[in-house]
Amino acid sequence: MSIQYKSIKNLTSMLQNKEISHKELINETFTLIESKMDLNAFITLNKDAAIEKATLLDSKKNGSSLAGIPIAQKDLFCTKDLRTTCGSNMLSSFIPPYSATVISNLENAGCISVGKTNMDEFAMGSSNETSFYGNVENPWGKNLVPGGSSGGSASAVSSGIVPAATGTDTGGSIRQPASLCGITGLKPTYGRISRWGMIAFASSLDQAGPMARTAEDCAILLNEMCSHDNKDTTSLNEHIPDFTKDIDQPIKGMKIGIVKEFDLSKLDSEVVKVFEESKKHYESLGAEFIEISLPNISLSVPTYYVVAPAECSSNLSRFDGVKFGKRCDDPKNLEDLYIRTRSEGFGDEVKRRILIGSYVLSAGFYDAYYKKAQQVRRLIKNDFDEAFLKVDVLMSPTTRGPAFKAGSKGSDPIQMYLEDLFTIPANLAGLPALSIPNGFVDNKPIGLQLIGNFLEESKLLQFAHNFQKTTDFHLKTPSGENI
Amino acid sequence: MSWETVIGLEIHVQLSTNSKLFSGGSTGFGAEPNTHVDLIDMGLPGVLPVANREAFYKAIRFGLATNAEINQTSSFDRKNYFYPDLPKGYQITQMAMPIVGKGSIKIDVDGSEKVINITRAHLEEDAGKSIHDLFDGETGVDLNRAGTPLLEIVSEPEISNAKEAVAYFKAVRQLVTFLDICDGNMAQGSMRCDVNVSIKKEADEELGTRAEIKNINSFKFIERAINFEIERQIRIIESGESVVQETRLYDSVKNETRSMRSKEEANDYRYFPCPDLLPVVISDDEFNDIKNNLPELPDEKEKRYISEANLEEAEAKIISSSKTMANMFEEACSKTNDSKLVANWLVGDVSALLNSDNIDIEESKLSSNNFAILIERISDKTISGKIAKSILEEVWESGDDVDNIIKDKGLVQIQDESILEEIAQKIINNNLSQVEAYKGGKDKLFGFFVGQVMKETQGKANPKSVNDILKNLLNS
Repeated sequence: MSIQYKSIKNLTSMLQNKEISHKELINETFTLIESKMDLNAFITLNKDAAIEKATLLDSKKNGSSLAGIPIAQKDLFCTKDLRTTCGSNMLSSFIPPYSATVISNLENAGCISVGKTNMDEFAMGSSNETSFYGNVENPWGKNLVPGGSSGGSASAVSSGIVPAATGTDTGGSIRQPASLCGITGLKPTYGRISRWGMIAFASSLDQAGPMARTAEDCAILLNEMCSHDNKDTTSLNEHIPDFTKDIDQPIKGMKIGIVKEFDLSKLDSEVVKVFEESKKHYESLGAEFIEISLPNISLSVPTYYVVAPAECSSNLSRFDGVKFGKRCDDPKNLEDLYIRTRSEGFGDEVKRRILIGSYVLSAGFYDAYYKKAQQVRRLIKNDFDEAFLKVDVLMSPTTRGPAFKAGSKGSDPIQMYLEDLFTIPANLAGLPALSIPNGFVDNKPIGLQLIGNFLEESKLLQFAHNFQKTTDFHLKTPSGENI
Repeated sequence: MSWETVIGLEIHVQLSTNSKLFSGGSTGFGAEPNTHVDLIDMGLPGVLPVANREAFYKAIRFGLATNAEINQTSSFDRKNYFYPDLPKGYQITQMAMPIVGKGSIKIDVDGSEKVINITRAHLEEDAGKSIHDLFDGETGVDLNRAGTPLLEIVSEPEISNAKEAVAYFKAVRQLVTFLDICDGNMAQGSMRCDVNVSIKKEADEELGTRAEIKNINSFKFIERAINFEIERQIRIIESGESVVQETRLYDSVKNETRSMRSKEEANDYRYFPCPDLLPVVISDDEFNDIKNNLPELPDEKEKRYISEANLEEAEAKIISSSKTMANMFEEACSKTNDSKLVANWLVGDVSALLNSDNIDIEESKLSSNNFAILIERISDKTISGKIAKSILEEVWESGDDVDNIIKDKGLVQIQDESILEEIAQKIINNNLSQVEAYKGGKDKLFGFFVGQVMKETQGKANPKSVNDILKNLLNS
């Protein structure tokens, strides 16, 4: 019996009923991974250690909750003794001496890390085209991008070779690829999941999250990923509920907000049609729709492209060729060491953002850009606070359209930046948001975004699960069959 | 034409916490390179800083002792620049919201008092060290010091000459050691300072262009560097040119300052709030606890020594001037009721030895405990004052234990009066002509007899007993 396209829930019961051993499951997983190498979803595989762990699990009587579940880890999380590149040439030989908290949490719950997934370099990109390790294929079509930056994770889950993957979302990097690959992805509230061991892009926006086939699987993963971590002072010291507990509760009478300022008229009519059908579906489930105004939301993209590059310009300063990572050959002097190491180690998009970030923080410009952007960010947050007094969740398309061809937006970074139009506001406000498959445009999947109030991941998952119980978009596979 | 000098100091005080400002790494000095470095100190990808509250408590003590504004909520910023011994490519510091705001400190220059205002004191992490002379053609980086907590104390430009600058630095050092927030060890770099110097004509309202001399770590060098810099600036201006705003380095070997980089070459540090650290809030309970347990400060000690230990003002001032000296005084006083005796030794013999060696008490081999034992032995009459003096000199050189010296050299004072009487009688019998002269009115000869007894006993006789016995015998 093939394990391809199986959910975590399916696999757990197969393991418990001894339909398959842990070792068989992992071996089978690697057979699948190796049959799909053309996706280029992985940068580094963890085969030997994974099989070893599976063998060990077979010899144990009682496993932990996620014992033996194969999971792909975004190559942005530090994994002890396993190469971590962050999609960059700069870290092509970096082997961390420690693991990220979220990796430890998942592995302690029994998950088996099968490998490190491809991604946009340092998570900067929306198509996975900025990876030093090459483009990732979207299983839904030749030469289609999987989205980014968690493109490898999305592609791996979408192709059914792993049931789950980790991602990180700074401006949409979980939700946008989830949308483009037809899977479910959740960005939790900022601070829900520890950032310890996540290679920082923009510290005040970065948040890890689960990517899986279903909202229910995301809830199962989230239960293990969250923790209050003393090693991360921005990690929230809040009660962590059982995120699976209420997902079956009906949503009848609950309120969904539609953001007035998200101008859908500029989108492809097919995209709008899919969105309107989802609205109708939610109506049929008993939800009420309210139009909500978020007056400052149109400033999200420019605000993001000040804050994120500013933080990244500083966060990436440590890659200087002195202590770890790449160092250029035969530096003539210190300046030469810096210039050539960083010129050779970073790709164009990373350099572009370091330049933007250095500029907006420089003397004389700080007040006009960075400080102002932080003020606007506060206004956007206030808009959301107002909105959630009236509604339970906000709803929008996740992306402006389905997956596009590789190279089609390469020449104009602004076009690429606009990919994240709908996803960026949740990051700026630190709010949880998810994307679920809600239809197809040109036979390519597309996603629906739900944004929740602070700490209300459970409610988002409840909305998503109710949708998935009554639709089959998430069950469709690229090869055409329904699971 | 008369020139006026304007000086401001930025003093970096290494706070004596066990672990670093943002990691559990040890702050111990002198370890093998790169052995006191954890993941955070190394700035590995993915690591995050966690602020050490102990550093805040120590900073607050300084603020309270300088009557400063304390910001119970303070925050961290990043100062971005590249340097090999700066692991993250930025230093975490407090730019916008420092823990300590405006305060002041009193200094004493040749007996006259002056108040120097402090602009702010903020927490920041130290960098590592670049080692240029160990590997041929290469630079080594030692990150042991990276992340060590520093309190940077910034003065107003209110210091008028090198002497005042040194007095100010000394006052800060005195304070931080009394507060137990820094060991004050300048040789190990626990205190360093940057000096801003400019000159202007007396009548001028505006300050002149300043030069910043970086990283000086001794009183002597502060004085020399400032004096060199003043003369250099006067020379420049008087020759019709103008001073360039720049960072300079003091070369102690050549006794000169040299340009490091000009304003144009200066870094744009691109400060911004550190997104990895939330603002640190010190609760009222924490604050009050620090306030209620503030160590006794020099002024308070001085007053107490006068009122409780009956010291003269001058004595009390000298003894309370350094924490080590004050500790010595207090420990020795716990072994004797005679606080005057303790004060006399500290202000007299000990200070004389310090002066002749030109060192500070912290640098001497005389431990507080050893000094207390010395006083105890004088007090319980085990040794005479004269012997004590020679023991002090020996301890000064060797640091040996006082009791061991007394035992090894048989220096215990002769207490048995019958023995002393026997010796005194022998001296009288052998010097009958002097006895006659004494009795005939030459009182001064009494000293001769005392001296002879002391010589015979190799100084081990109790002088008071000798006096009494001789008086008795000679006047009978």
